[in-house]
Amino acid sequence: MMIEYQNLFTSVQVVGPAEAGVPLPPGNSPRTGRGVAWHLLGRFGNAQLGPIYLGPLGLASIIFGTLAINIMGFNMLAQVNWDPIQFVRQLFWLSLDPPSPAYGLSLPPLNDGGWWLIAGLFLTISIMLWWARMYTRARALGLGTHVAWAFLAAIWLFLVLGFIRPLLMGSWSEGVPFGIFSHLDWTAAFSLRYGNLFYNPFHALSIAFLYGSALLFAMHGATILAVTRFGGEREIEQIVDRGTASERAALFWRWTMGFNATMESIHRWAWWFAVLCPLTGGIGILLSGTVVDNWYLWSMKHGVVPPYPHVFGTVVDPAAALQGVKP
Amino acid sequence: MSLLARVTALFAGAAAVLLLAGCERPPVDSVQHGYRGTGMLNVYNPRTLELQVPANQPPAALPAAPDEGPKAKDIYKNVQVLGDLSVGAFTRHMLSITQWVAPNEGCAYCHNVENLADDSKYQKVVARRMIQMTQKVNAQWKSHVAATGVTCWTCHRGQHIPLEVWFNAEPQDKRADFIGNRNGQNAPARSVGVASLPYDPFTPYLQKAAVIGVGAGTALPTGHTASLQATEMTYGLMMHFSKSLGVNCTYCHNSRNFKAWGESTPQRTTAWHGIRMVRQLNNEYMEPLTDTFPAQRKGPMGDVAKVYCATCHQGAYKPVYGAQMAKDFPELLTVAAVAKAGAAPLPPPVAEARRSVLYYDVGSAVLQDAQAKGLAELTATMLKTAGLKATISGYHSASGTLAQNQELAKQRAFTVRDALLAAGIAESRVVLAKPQQTAGNVSGEDPSSRRVEVTVQ
Repeated sequence: MMIEYQNLFTSVQVVGPAEAGVPLPPGNSPRTGRGVAWHLLGRFGNAQLGPIYLGPLGLASIIFGTLAINIMGFNMLAQVNWDPIQFVRQLFWLSLDPPSPAYGLSLPPLNDGGWWLIAGLFLTISIMLWWARMYTRARALGLGTHVAWAFLAAIWLFLVLGFIRPLLMGSWSEGVPFGIFSHLDWTAAFSLRYGNLFYNPFHALSIAFLYGSALLFAMHGATILAVTRFGGEREIEQIVDRGTASERAALFWRWTMGFNATMESIHRWAWWFAVLCPLTGGIGILLSGTVVDNWYLWSMKHGVVPPYPHVFGTVVDPAAALQGVKP
Repeated sequence: MSLLARVTALFAGAAAVLLLAGCERPPVDSVQHGYRGTGMLNVYNPRTLELQVPANQPPAALPAAPDEGPKAKDIYKNVQVLGDLSVGAFTRHMLSITQWVAPNEGCAYCHNVENLADDSKYQKVVARRMIQMTQKVNAQWKSHVAATGVTCWTCHRGQHIPLEVWFNAEPQDKRADFIGNRNGQNAPARSVGVASLPYDPFTPYLQKAAVIGVGAGTALPTGHTASLQATEMTYGLMMHFSKSLGVNCTYCHNSRNFKAWGESTPQRTTAWHGIRMVRQLNNEYMEPLTDTFPAQRKGPMGDVAKVYCATCHQGAYKPVYGAQMAKDFPELLTVAAVAKAGAAPLPPPVAEARRSVLYYDVGSAVLQDAQAKGLAELTATMLKTAGLKATISGYHSASGTLAQNQELAKQRAFTVRDALLAAGIAESRVVLAKPQQTAGNVSGEDPSSRRVEVTVQ
């Protein structure tokens, strides 16, 4: 008889009464919904959908978020003269743009960036409320607040892009448009304007942490999946008895690369990599235009970029040549 | 396979097709043209080229006509251009224009066949001005068209209107004034490669003279304030460059820093002159024809069709792949001297061992032969003594707009620089000074205000 292994990744779903969760602390609003089992969801995660804890923070966050998305959406809809078919066809191109540079930090008319400012404000409020909700929910469950702080790292990058940097540059027009292609074009234009972000060391750090996160995620995910045959994914059992799965996972890495993270430290590694990605990226964005105007020239100055031979001979700016600057 | 798996596979397949629909299928050829490892590659899609190459072949030139016998201007009436050609050469030129611009309609497309001298058809008036424009490009924009030059065919390719022209963009129909501003962008516009970039980067840069360069020239901020929205506008223009020439960014730029001229290829300089050329053609040749054209030839804003890169290039890095068409039509290579009543002859040049002053016609940046002789002694001095450097200052009169005049003074200074280089002086020994405006001479008729001074020290 062949050896058969089993793990919990099974298409058989056990359906029972919905899990309502632990009792809520006093002063909390009740959870919304009763919880329903949904077979398809069970193929990706837990089959039970709900109940959800909304609470005043969640409700306010959803209201502000909905307002922000609606301001963007209705501006886009108005751009295609309220034609729903064109709205769908052109959705990826449509965008709510920040004010023109001429307005600086003053309040522009609604239709020249005013809506962008309002949408940005509402979106920020919504995100900050959602952050507060994450924090209080973690506390209510007696958890640490790691998720909230990781989320705040992403919020830092969001605020740098749309608020802090435009403020320091003295112009709302420096902000990112709300649109799918438009924000990508904005990103490319940002790099072009500031002499290539690839030469921005904080951008480089951010990429290192981004790719590092992906690598760590792959290593960790693969390790745990590899030991599910010994029950490695069953966290409840690992708490009681580390057992053979955990031991084998550790040994695998110690034998293949001489060093292994622990069940606890691998998550600390992953958390810091993920959090440092937007943190360093935000610093890189914040320094562009405020402290460094051309990252390529900055890197040249500091010996980061190797100078290559000019195989095309001397090419000079014709305009500068005309202004009396020697070629 | 279960139904679910099949449906999933179907959706995954459809999504992959959708995602890749905007891509060109591989393989593409890439040719290295910069230093190794710098990614300076020209990328070509052989399947695109296969379609494009046959469409960019020049027609055979008509056999040259003998340049003898009476001149066209003496035989025909109302000959304002090409009149110095012999009747045979003039007829050959007219037949060529027919072949280039109106192969099906023939002479009658421009001419009243009852009276060929009649100017009643707008096509004839436009064609005359376009001949002058072609001459201007060939004679004075060598910095862009080099010795290859252009003919009517370069843009027209057998069409009445060149396939690629542009009009000012219609302002968005906003309906309500408080919501739905497209900001002149965020539409799948062909003009900018279906990006969400500003879809009319031509009006500011190829009609008006807005500053195109947006990159900072110094590592740290020194007051350079190009906004990100201006950067997107420039980006849009560059998309047009790329599409029009069938090239990628690295044809002109080292993409590690688009700003740095030192890292760029010489093609960028050619393009720089091309931008100025197109601006001049649009402002001095096309726009004044606005009222000549009938309404159906104009754009939605009532503006005249204008020139941009694609007008000539039509997808090729050099129009018609650099075919030497213009050399068969020497009459298109020089700006015909327009006899102006009362135009004073230029004074003789100042020709000293260490100083030359050369004079120019009104509005002209052509260094006439008689004036160029004024450089002979100065050149001799420079060739004898190696340490000497020449400083060139272009002067212009106070009449006309400052921008145009400065451009003119620059172009005048260029002609002198080119003459010095041609005489064997190294480029490093020639310094171009800022264009200078001379006071007074508001009418511009004092020739001493239209001069280039060269001093050697």
